[in-house]
Amino acid sequence: MKSKAEVVVIGGGSTGTSIAYHLAKLGVDVVLLEKGYLGNGSTFRCATGIRQQFTDEANIKLMRYSVEKWKKLSEELEYDVNFKQTGYLFLATTEEEVEAFKQNIKLHNKFGVPTRLITPEEAKEIVPLLNADEFLAGQWNPTDGKANPFKTVFAFARKAKELGAEIYEYTEVTDIIVENNEIKGVKTNMGTIKADIVVNAANAWAPIINEMAGLDREFIPIKPYKHQLVKTEPLKEGQIEPLVCPPAWNDSYVIQDGEDGGVICGTGLEHGPTYDVTPTYDFLREVLKWATRIIPALKYVHVLRQWAGHYAKTPDSNPAIGKVNSIDGFYIAAGFSGHGFMMAPGVGEAMAELIVKGKTHVPLDWEWYDPHRFERGELRSTAFQIG
Amino acid sequence: MSEKGERIICRCNEVTVEEIEALIEQGVTDIEMIKRLLRIGMGPCQGRTCLPMVISIIARKTGKSPDEIKLPATRIPIRPVPAGVLVGDMNEE
Ligand SMILES: Cc1cc2nc3c(=O)[nH]c(=O)nc-3n(C[C@H](O)[C@H](O)[C@H](O)COP(=O)(O)OP(=O)(O)OC[C@H]3O[C@@H](n4cnc5c(N)ncnc54)[C@H](O)[C@@H]3O)c2cc1C
Repeated sequence: MKSKAEVVVIGGGSTGTSIAYHLAKLGVDVVLLEKGYLGNGSTFRCATGIRQQFTDEANIKLMRYSVEKWKKLSEELEYDVNFKQTGYLFLATTEEEVEAFKQNIKLHNKFGVPTRLITPEEAKEIVPLLNADEFLAGQWNPTDGKANPFKTVFAFARKAKELGAEIYEYTEVTDIIVENNEIKGVKTNMGTIKADIVVNAANAWAPIINEMAGLDREFIPIKPYKHQLVKTEPLKEGQIEPLVCPPAWNDSYVIQDGEDGGVICGTGLEHGPTYDVTPTYDFLREVLKWATRIIPALKYVHVLRQWAGHYAKTPDSNPAIGKVNSIDGFYIAAGFSGHGFMMAPGVGEAMAELIVKGKTHVPLDWEWYDPHRFERGELRSTAFQIG
Repeated sequence: MSEKGERIICRCNEVTVEEIEALIEQGVTDIEMIKRLLRIGMGPCQGRTCLPMVISIIARKTGKSPDEIKLPATRIPIRPVPAGVLVGDMNEE
């Protein structure tokens, strides 16, 4: 293992590998450390969804930019990450929701996201198996989509290495060396690496990393909540391509996997805070109750797999992204609260530019994501959390 | 043997020995990543047939002993079950 680097990134999920890639692209000598295999945190457990349909300006702008990056990512990384713009379809069950959809659509359109209100009949054209009778309207954006998290992490890591980054898997950071409020390096189970800059991209584990740097665990109060998914056997292509979600039905959603056509089903049931990721039977029943209501034909489809991962939640469900002012050379991008995979391309680029140039051209609102907001008791409007 | 004369290891997702070997030669030697890039063990049989064979290929190609290569997590429900049965809703129609 190397004994020295310009920057050490902790955490090999979509966020960490994206940051490492973008740093290497800017010519930085970067080391990425991952305690397990790459992606074994939340990233390999996610629902693959990528959306711009948020309810606040900061997240919409960041995701609009990220989607533009997703479109070019396979080409840029010279590896197919299987990004597809198959859309996101939210469904309303009450008049109040329809009104809320109209407000959302206005906001999306203002920032160039082409969301529109559609009828249940139009929704059924997009998702032929949909139980459209129970819905009043849809909030539809065809430019949202999905990508393959496994290939994305692999592609970021592969390209980062090609550009000179070193990536050490099964290497756990055990301590951070701080002297006179300045980062000096990190200790791992494999040895020590000197560095003046450390990025905490450990998401659900980020508070533990903060503590190693001498901060209070509650400085950024990220809590790990267990969220689960089930996946069915493959369906014919084109049956449920967009992510389909009636939020009023316990935040449940279904989406056909862009890779093999199986249906991924999720719902809002959460356990925690806990680091346990054992799948639970109550989830299996709950998620399928809603999924078979959205798509009745799913009753006849076999369920193949169930797994669990973490939503690394902050009190306002927005991540903490930026510089930690009290420790020179300490940065964080964590607490993605269930929507970090989609943000990875934009966040990685913004963080790398912030570290190297002190600013970024990415439309990332640093004020909004300020890691110090919790300390000040300031919260943002809660970011919407579906897939 | 498939039509093309390739040896299929994972029948659910039609993954061949050649694909697994090619990935290992590119430096991807961790079963967790091989599994996810090629989708071995993620089909209806959940790896019952393919994973032991994949382990022996990795062992042969990397010089590791098979005992050092841990099996990836097994996912419930182990055998495919129709969603309707799990929600107790199969007798209505
Ligand atoms: C069921 C479910 C569905 C989801 N659906 C979506 C979706 O559709 N779209 C979306 O955008 N997001 C979704 N998410 C959220 C998404 O998975 C995460 O926000 C995203 O993967 C976060 O990536 P990350 O790299 O920040 O964190 P992680 O992938 O968790 O990576 C952090 C890494 O840090 C490592 N680490 C921790 N401590 C140490 C240490 N001491 N030393 C070294 N390494 C360490 C961990 O092992 C881990 O690999 C979903 C999540 C779940 C659980």
